[in-house]
Amino acid sequence: MIRTDALTKDFVVSRTRTVHAVRGISLDVAPGELVAVLGPNGAGKTTTLRMLTTLTRPTSGSATVAGYDVVTHPDRVRAAIGYVGQGGAGGASQVVRDELRTQGEIYGLDRRTARRRADELLEALDLTEQADRKVDSLSGGQRRRLDVAVGLVHEPSLLFLDEPSTGLDPHNRANLWEHVLRMRTAAADPMTIVLTTHYLDEADTFAERVIVVDHGQVIADDTADALKADLAGDLVTLRVAAGDAAALAALAERAPGTRSVRVGAPEADGGRPVEIRTADGPGATPGLLRAADAAGLAVTRVDVARPTLDDVFLGLTGRSLRETGVQGGDEPPGEPTTDLSGTTTKEVLA
Amino acid sequence: MSAATLSPARPLSRRSFLRDTRIVLLRELAPVARDPFSVLFGLVQPLVFLGLFGPLLAGSAGEALGGDVWLWFVPAVLAMTTLFGTSVTGSNLQLDLTSGVHERMLVTPLSRPAQLVGRALKEMVPIVAQSLVVLLVMLPFGLRPDPLGALLTLAQLAVLGVGIGSLSYALALAVRKQEWMFWMVQQTVLFPVMLLSGMLLPLETGPAWMRAASAVNPLRYVVDSGRAAFAGDLASTAVAWGWLAALATAALGLAVGVRSMLRSTD
Repeated sequence: MIRTDALTKDFVVSRTRTVHAVRGISLDVAPGELVAVLGPNGAGKTTTLRMLTTLTRPTSGSATVAGYDVVTHPDRVRAAIGYVGQGGAGGASQVVRDELRTQGEIYGLDRRTARRRADELLEALDLTEQADRKVDSLSGGQRRRLDVAVGLVHEPSLLFLDEPSTGLDPHNRANLWEHVLRMRTAAADPMTIVLTTHYLDEADTFAERVIVVDHGQVIADDTADALKADLAGDLVTLRVAAGDAAALAALAERAPGTRSVRVGAPEADGGRPVEIRTADGPGATPGLLRAADAAGLAVTRVDVARPTLDDVFLGLTGRSLRETGVQGGDEPPGEPTTDLSGTTTKEVLA
Repeated sequence: MSAATLSPARPLSRRSFLRDTRIVLLRELAPVARDPFSVLFGLVQPLVFLGLFGPLLAGSAGEALGGDVWLWFVPAVLAMTTLFGTSVTGSNLQLDLTSGVHERMLVTPLSRPAQLVGRALKEMVPIVAQSLVVLLVMLPFGLRPDPLGALLTLAQLAVLGVGIGSLSYALALAVRKQEWMFWMVQQTVLFPVMLLSGMLLPLETGPAWMRAASAVNPLRYVVDSGRAAFAGDLASTAVAWGWLAALATAALGLAVGVRSMLRSTD
């Protein structure tokens, strides 16, 4: 459905400065896949999407979308894809139903069919009551559903969603996804969906495949579960008295399955957490506790956390996705890194 | 809601520029059609000029203008309405650029030139509607234009408006990364163009350099044409020059506008 080869995009900001927004992305998306492109702001997600949707010409490399080259046959690509951009698709002073009807006519439907299709989509996306209202009177969630409806008018086999749920509250996000997933399976052949997001849980919950992008490059590409198991591992946090932390860290490093150990900042009550990344947290914890006990280290608290995609991103880049708002910069990571290459490291924060 | 209710969409195998233009035109007209009184909003300024400047003109320059002040001033006010109304229309496109509406259209197979031409053609409707209101309002005050002349002037203004509207859209596209520039350029161009058209006071009394500058201002020819046509002088060279200026503005505007639209990606 999508195939890109070393796609790049440079933006010339001034004579002396060129931003390399996308630096060689090669992708292959099969029909029916639901793919999330995850990355911090400025990672190149949206630029990649804009190239795939013919909104921006690639600087180099090639992309074939729905069977056509985006540069040589943009019209064919446009006819085949649906696009829900970051901005609203409905004109503020337009009536909801009219916008859908117009969109249908744009894709070549005759007026009657366009009207029927508009009504179907209004019903499918729970907008029937708002059909005769002006777009600017809709709530945020309703507006976003209209955007999705606009993108689906021509029953595209491939739908692009650019940050579909940004600005929506959790309830509206869940509601939007419910609609998107139902529309996806409503088609005879399940629709291929490519979305960009910086919401970790969104990628985690809905996407069948997660492509992690950072600094304009793909740094990981797999199912969320595989990424978490391979790249992050579970996080076991043992809390001991501050004086025992270094000894416990040394002990934990020798434990089987440990990937990395980090000593957190001392806490007010005199305790200090030791964070252990390990392949199998629940399995490793009893052994860790026994070893600590044998060494005379009193563990006061235990926490075992399954990894999140943020842990994956942290593992890959040394930065947390939640805290990064990198705008194409190349700043060194400001966070202590965990090394996931297999060797164990120890970092004690002073 | 089930899969069965989804009707198969049937994309056209070949696109027609006219069909695309019609789609864009009708979409742009929909808000006007739903709320026709929005057109009246653009009439505040011309009515102020008619009410507060017209009488001054009659008092101070009535003699110089040779009799009927309204036949001299009303065509100018119509041209002013056209100029003010269509030169700001790019701000509508700015709204669509800021929201996702323009982007949404760019991702569809809709012809890009049609996206500009449809928008520009829409400008004709408020121009004609507003002009008709001004004419009706002025009838009780003694305005008696040549009917055919008035009609032809409205048509000429509509053509001119397509050109100015296109240029305004082109401007909005050109400065889309610094939106405030739109108003700066629009205001900077607007007033010289207005004053150098002889709209408010006759240019004949101005210095030679002003008359020279007005010679390259298409609006001046349209204003002169309107005055001649209102007076019933339909076969005059002034009317012919007016049409030439209006058509040239439209052609230039559409060319520049379509070019900007084609480049509006990236």
